[in-house]
Amino acid sequence: MALSTSSNFAKPDDAFRAIVEAHRGLTDAQSADLDAALVLVLANHIGDLDVLREAIALAKRRTLDASQQQQQQQQ
Amino acid sequence: MASANTAHAKTQFGYRRHPDQDRSGANVAEHSVVVVGAGPVGLSLAIDLAQRGQRVVLLDDADRIGEGSRAICFSKRSLEFWDRLGVGDRMVEKGVVWSVGKIFHGASQLYQFNLLPEEGHKRPAFINLQQFYAEAYLVDRVEQLPEIDLRWRNKVIALESRNDGVALTIATPEGSYQVHASFVVACDGARSSLRQMVGAEFAGQVFEDQFLIADVKMTAAFPTERWFWFDPPFHAGRSALLHKQPDDIWRIDLQLNPDADPIAEKQPENVRPRIERMLGHDKFEFEWISLYKFQCRRMAKFIHGRVIFAGDSAHQVSPFGARGANSGLEDAENLAWKLDRVLRRLSPEGLLESYHIERSAAADENIRESTRSTDFMAPATKQEARLRQAVLSLAEDTEFGKRMVNGGRLSVPSVYDTPLSSGDRDDWRGGPRPGASMLDAPVTEPGGGSSYLTDAFIRQGTRFTLLTFGNGADVDVPEGVGTIRVGGAGGLVDAQGLAGQRYDAAPGTAYLLRPDGYVAARFRNAARPILDAALARASGLN
Repeated sequence: MALSTSSNFAKPDDAFRAIVEAHRGLTDAQSADLDAALVLVLANHIGDLDVLREAIALAKRRTLDASQQQQQQQQ
Repeated sequence: MASANTAHAKTQFGYRRHPDQDRSGANVAEHSVVVVGAGPVGLSLAIDLAQRGQRVVLLDDADRIGEGSRAICFSKRSLEFWDRLGVGDRMVEKGVVWSVGKIFHGASQLYQFNLLPEEGHKRPAFINLQQFYAEAYLVDRVEQLPEIDLRWRNKVIALESRNDGVALTIATPEGSYQVHASFVVACDGARSSLRQMVGAEFAGQVFEDQFLIADVKMTAAFPTERWFWFDPPFHAGRSALLHKQPDDIWRIDLQLNPDADPIAEKQPENVRPRIERMLGHDKFEFEWISLYKFQCRRMAKFIHGRVIFAGDSAHQVSPFGARGANSGLEDAENLAWKLDRVLRRLSPEGLLESYHIERSAAADENIRESTRSTDFMAPATKQEARLRQAVLSLAEDTEFGKRMVNGGRLSVPSVYDTPLSSGDRDDWRGGPRPGASMLDAPVTEPGGGSSYLTDAFIRQGTRFTLLTFGNGADVDVPEGVGTIRVGGAGGLVDAQGLAGQRYDAAPGTAYLLRPDGYVAARFRNAARPILDAALARASGLN
């Protein structure tokens, strides 16, 4: 099984909203705790190490791209 | 501090002059094997070699068995090895048998695990036994074997590699002397001086967290289980371990801050209040206190010419997981039969390379497992701590969270991916695959007595052995190969059906076991040509 990046929710806005609302009213530290637990719960639900690694790589590329752009803007 | 160990076992031995010390120059003594270091690994290796008929010189720079409990958890696999060496019963009789571990977070139990949840094994998952007892029993066994020449206060101070062996210079209370050895096995521990003499690096990771070991004597009603705490009420923010040993000794392991002052922390008056908080009383005495940091590292090559490294000299792991002494013992059992075959010229010297391949992969596995445990206990960054906290909290109400909590993954034998194995050609739905260690199972002797497959293997002389099942036709077994028959006329009776089940057996099924009890190959029908080929492969002959 490969990581699915096509749109899987019938109503993507509802899914995004559900995650955003879960963080409402939380401090940054509480939000980070929530994310950590959520990642673990979802990772276990996926239950496929290859898919998880693909997901990590996809997410991480974004983080690195963003930090490289920031560095370039500073130069 | 009481050194109660002397009351229970002989720990002091004398230096004796050996005629080798009067020889020099072209006359120096020639030995086939010199083992350096009479700890559990060196002693066990020497016994295994001696039982295979090899003469062994065993050197130790001290004249006594080390103080303190040190290694305490000995695995099922180690006990099966010690059974072969004739010391298993003594270890198990003295040891504390256990198989259940419990993990606590704060004051509440998160989960428990059973390391041997099934019946029908001769040996338990683990025993706890102070290392000095294990060493004392091994020394007693050594003294029964005239093939072993154990020399106390003989310290190797120089080593010179030659084409056909190694020249050793050995210091004694009466000056130094030289011997020549075809092979030297360095079992001289984590601070191995032989490793330095061959100029090998010992690279790896140093962990900053400090841990305090206190062995305390007390009578307590705790069950014989391994208890591990994250963030216990008596030691906030850190981890703790409680484990029972013989003689009412309890091992307590407390994680300290990385910046804790090691000298001050070791003082009994500073340790006492911590333990009182843990136990809720002060009715205990200290037996041993030690402070340590973890290192996880290994040599790049376990073999340097004719110098072979085994145990802590070759690899070092964190102690959570009982992977130190047990992996050293697995090194010894892996090496002994190979070295014996090479010395007898039954196999080429290249067979020894499989020792490096198999045991360095095992060391990597042990390092990986114990590093993961250590990282879980002592998260390195804020985010790691956050993820760990999430796991601990999810473990309270989810199965997957419990399984992710890592309070030490306990030693199990590695499955070797090795050139000595012949790959499966038949269909298997279970059973140990080539490269895995044999599984024990209860059997009934043809005469009616009950025993185990591991006993039958020992009775075959722990050589290459064909384990066959069912009423299959008699297998034409190559010369020198033992046979264990389960089922059929005159065979062992698999009364409970467990042997057949554990080996996925059908009539005609056969497993070729190596002399260390690992599976070399398995067949649904053991025809002679494929058996010969598997045997040659497992002997390093092709």
